Amino acid sequence: MSSITTEPDGVKTPGDRSRTQLPLTWRQRRGRWDVKYSPYLYIAPFFLVFAITGLFPILYTAFISMQDWDHIRGSGTFVGFDQFAWVLQDPNFWKALRNTFSIFLFSSVPQIIAATLIAAMLDTNLRGKTFWRMGVLLPYVVAPIAVALIFSNMFGDQFGLINSLLGRVGIDPILWHTDVIPSHMAIASMVNFRWTGYNTLILLAAMQAVPRDLYEAAEVDGAGMKRRFISLTIPQIRPTLVFVIIMSTIGGLQIFEEPLIYDRFGRGGADKQWLTITLYMYNMGWLDFNFGRAAAVAWLLFLLIMVITLINTWVTRRFVSGEDAVKKSKKVSQKIAQVGGN
Amino acid sequence: MAARNKRHGGTGRPSGFVYGVLAVVLLGSIFPFYWSFLIGSGNAFTINDPNMSWWPGGNFLHNASEVLNDPAVHFWKALGNSVIVSLTVAASTVVLSTLAGFAFAKLRFKGSGPLLVGVIATMAVPVQLGVVPLYILMQEYGWTGHLGAVIVPALVTAFGVFWMTQYLTQSLPTELIEAARVDGCSMIRTFWHVALPAARPAAAMLGLFTFVATWNNFFWPFIVLNNQNPTLPMALRLLQSAKFVDYSIVLNGALLATIPLLILFLFAGKQLIAGIMQGAVKG
Repeated sequence: MSSITTEPDGVKTPGDRSRTQLPLTWRQRRGRWDVKYSPYLYIAPFFLVFAITGLFPILYTAFISMQDWDHIRGSGTFVGFDQFAWVLQDPNFWKALRNTFSIFLFSSVPQIIAATLIAAMLDTNLRGKTFWRMGVLLPYVVAPIAVALIFSNMFGDQFGLINSLLGRVGIDPILWHTDVIPSHMAIASMVNFRWTGYNTLILLAAMQAVPRDLYEAAEVDGAGMKRRFISLTIPQIRPTLVFVIIMSTIGGLQIFEEPLIYDRFGRGGADKQWLTITLYMYNMGWLDFNFGRAAAVAWLLFLLIMVITLINTWVTRRFVSGEDAVKKSKKVSQKIAQVGGN
Repeated sequence: MAARNKRHGGTGRPSGFVYGVLAVVLLGSIFPFYWSFLIGSGNAFTINDPNMSWWPGGNFLHNASEVLNDPAVHFWKALGNSVIVSLTVAASTVVLSTLAGFAFAKLRFKGSGPLLVGVIATMAVPVQLGVVPLYILMQEYGWTGHLGAVIVPALVTAFGVFWMTQYLTQSLPTELIEAARVDGCSMIRTFWHVALPAARPAAAMLGLFTFVATWNNFFWPFIVLNNQNPTLPMALRLLQSAKFVDYSIVLNGALLATIPLLILFLFAGKQLIAGIMQGAVKG
């Protein structure tokens, strides 16, 4: 630390007032307050914003979820856990849960496999590194709404691009907007399009942190490219891989825009084929104007995310052993905290 | 970072196969844009044409003017709103996060440890959890439909505070602050003249990511604003909600709305890449 000699040009040296002998002038007292209270002032904006738009709403959600909320009156009647009970016996909730999981699997599994493979390819001595990295990241800047519009068109049942391409190779058209699994695959492809490149770069960064002499040693020992990838790269980047998996879980369980835009009605399909939990909550709150139930759904979603994250952490600990495991899982939970708010 | 100067991958020069696969990936990233251009430059029936040409038609500008002038879509207003919201949110997130990050990283005060843990803990909470009461709150104060309802909750984020705390802890020498203090700088001047210049690289990245995220954000604006005063993503949805969906117009609009970010990406793509890769290593 002390070796740093650079000085920002902003540092000025005013007169040596601090040497004056008079005890506690107004100026000095002000200086003391400055030291003592300024830090609180600097962190105040965050806590103020959070208290009003974060903490209060969360606590209030718990309150509202136990109310039969009257939209006009702006207040409710206490009904205990009735809203939760209603939601839990609603077949559409279970459909939404099923769809959310299915879309999540179709998006995260292929996405993470693809991202790992692309990252490995980018982690070679490529010409034009920046060009390839930018190409991979490009979809990330496109708004999910735009992606959803473009993809729902390409996956059209009758005149969609995908079906006409399939037709050319002799495959019957797939009813992307009618059948359950195809609709999940189409929606997952939107998520994959936007996030594969982003995750690729995270994994690439992890791969570059792997000491190069390990590869050289493996090469000397006669390990081929495939072998090096499986036995060396993958174990070395495992903490980052786990981080990427957990992040895509949290994001995947909250999916909203894509199923909303998938047809122009935004209700998750005629038979709720692609209704997701967040979309279910939105429809409950802002189409049926039942805030009590919407709040209950919000809590159920939160619990779901917590449970899945805990399972993820547990699985991780099982697969990584010893002291290493504790260290790595700590690192992962730190990273989750870092990005979780987005 | 040291790895950058060394040989990558330990595999020597990549084969033509690697370039081939990467080229396919690149094509996949670009193709949806081309497809929108193809459909967006045709007419309402292009999409139904089984012998559709792979060359764009001549209607792009005509369709674009349809999008821009559609009275139900409010495209220009949406664009203005998105610019206002994204710039305000990005600027305030950068300043307020750096301020808080400076306090957490370099100043000593009672309770700073637990408070920082509190900041981090708030990041684990999904947006959906607070959305219903937040909406009721906004309704009560008559803010629904106004941009303030989108801006205020996003003025400063836990992620921003955490990011700046991390960065300043590592890269702002405490000696510099002490030197400024000894020279008689007040706290806020120390922040302005010492911490802020030192924070510039991380602050720029934070601003960039916040801008992109805010620009693309849909869920909360969609709930709290209305169709007369939309942001750009909301306007895009309006394009699609007509009785008869003309995809040459819809995809033209999707492309138009993406252009500002494509320009940003052209100039700042490198910074985005560096930001993602640094965040991955640091945490």
